Amino acid sequence: MGTLTASPRPATGGGRKQALKSRLRRDWPLLAFGLPGLLLLVLFQYIPLLGNVIAFKDYQPYIGILQSPWVGLSNFSVVFNGDPAFLNALVNTLEIFVIQTIFVFPAPICLALLLNSLLSERIKQAVQSVLYLPHFLSWVVVVAMFQSILGGAGLLNNWMRSQGEHPLNIIGNPELFKWLITSQVIWKDTGWAMILFLAALSAINISLYEAAAVDGASRLRQIWHITLPGIKGVVILLLILRLGSVLSVGFEQIVLQQGPVGINASQVLDTYVYTNGVLDGAWGVATAVGLVKGVLGVVLVLGANKVAHLFGERGVYEG
Amino acid sequence: MASNRVVTRAAGRRDLSRPGSSGRKRRSGPPGLTPPGPTARASKGVFLFVCCSVIIIPLISVIATSLADEKQINASGGFVLWPSHPTLQAYTTVFENPVVLHSAFVSICITLVGTTLSLACTSLLAYSLSRPGTLAHKPVLLMVLFTLLFSPGIIPSYLMVKELGLLNSYWALLLPVMLDGFNVIVMRAFFLELPQEILDAARVDGAGELQTFWRIVLPLSKPVLAVVGLFSAVGYWNNFFTALLYISDTTKWPLQLVLNTYVVKQNSLNLKFIPGHAPPPPESIQMAILVIAIVPILVAYPFIQRHFKKGVLVGSVKG
Repeated sequence: MGTLTASPRPATGGGRKQALKSRLRRDWPLLAFGLPGLLLLVLFQYIPLLGNVIAFKDYQPYIGILQSPWVGLSNFSVVFNGDPAFLNALVNTLEIFVIQTIFVFPAPICLALLLNSLLSERIKQAVQSVLYLPHFLSWVVVVAMFQSILGGAGLLNNWMRSQGEHPLNIIGNPELFKWLITSQVIWKDTGWAMILFLAALSAINISLYEAAAVDGASRLRQIWHITLPGIKGVVILLLILRLGSVLSVGFEQIVLQQGPVGINASQVLDTYVYTNGVLDGAWGVATAVGLVKGVLGVVLVLGANKVAHLFGERGVYEG
Repeated sequence: MASNRVVTRAAGRRDLSRPGSSGRKRRSGPPGLTPPGPTARASKGVFLFVCCSVIIIPLISVIATSLADEKQINASGGFVLWPSHPTLQAYTTVFENPVVLHSAFVSICITLVGTTLSLACTSLLAYSLSRPGTLAHKPVLLMVLFTLLFSPGIIPSYLMVKELGLLNSYWALLLPVMLDGFNVIVMRAFFLELPQEILDAARVDGAGELQTFWRIVLPLSKPVLAVVGLFSAVGYWNNFFTALLYISDTTKWPLQLVLNTYVVKQNSLNLKFIPGHAPPPPESIQMAILVIAIVPILVAYPFIQRHFKKGVLVGSVKG
């Protein structure tokens, strides 16, 4: 920052307040630079954020948002009265979140620990490049690939038939749906999620391990007493962030696969909003559900961050 | 080269037998000094091999099936690991179909135009936020940060696009996802780390903001531009969500929607077959469409890979 005082552009921090007009004359190119981005931000983030008012309105497309009559909280009645379709979506969402937190969240940590313990740097690099790859494929591609292997006419079932067994119904089985999408998430994103943990692992001081080894600690004890505490901060940070998306579980992935399993097993809050709002035109109700979802997510992140502070962790942000 | 490796391995083994002596000299390897036993090493190897195969084999078989002929597909149950008589018949058939060809063209254009505009908006906004003391840079920065915490929700975003008259227009695929607050923060962090003296020198020499940005800042920022640009390109290429929401006109579909309809949902394409030839089997046609969607990713992957680790880590530290 020291160089700034010598610069021909005085910083505001320097205490030289200029008149608005002269600052405008000086800064207009920079303001113009920011304008397109700012415009996009306003159009596609801030105005839609305000557009959430239709949760409190009986929105009628032909008279517009402003003219539509206010209806108070009646759109929220599906939420408060526990409308069965809404409850179904809520329960599915929470179930998927729990399953995925138990199975998807620890997977990259284990994989990072394993990879970190490899001797050869070259093998490590090669394995990483393979494991990162699926993250860059679209959900449509991933779902199509799963279908070609596990689907009714896919590899597995053709093999079963050739063995004289009954084909397995994996793609269209409502009971297996949550496990199916969980395994897809693991396949697609475990490698990618590993990056952060690998970075955290490489930041651990090697001399700690040396000291522990001199003291006769076994590998497992070294992991327990040095490695895991070393990555605790990152793990907690990611858990908090995860909590923020507790009510948003993979919209694209689920929409793509709702057909064969039916709404009951596969409807989550995001798809509920989509089907009721965009497809069926129940704008007010869908927005109300979306709003509750968004607000809850923010509250959960802020709350979890507070809890992390109470336990002496840094959390997502300070303060 | 080979003998060199043997030497290092021998040296590694030697220092493993004397824990605590020269562990620090080992550049690669486990952050622990107790050597893994042969069983541990073998099981690690097997496990990682399985992980990589689970990712590689489906990809190979998708490509192989798209190249295989009917006889082989029927013999193997619809799934081929290596085409015995490779043929491009599936591709010629698919490319004669206007739906696939056009959607691929749409996706390519959207990706090119979107990535260019997105990079322009993001870097300009980030640059204007990185200059010290610019008028109103603090509230604008707050506005960008705020979007990381809140998202407006599906319905209000949809209605905004509708009110702007963008439904069924290619702009609906471009604009809503053009500016990502996270990328702005990443780029701003990068710009802030550039040596400010150079920028000041340029200004003393009489360069305007635009000239400074174009001739000095951008050439120095190639790494971050590559990361953000490539991620943005992958995002545009893979985008299914906004297309599903905003594009109902089938003649304007991007590739991912076509993929969903004809591969995931397995609707059959209207195909023109060459008279006198047996039509290619449906499996290879589906896999050919899938390959068309994957190939650009596979081609870009080595380039992405060089940069993305850095990009992700910069983002996670500064954001």
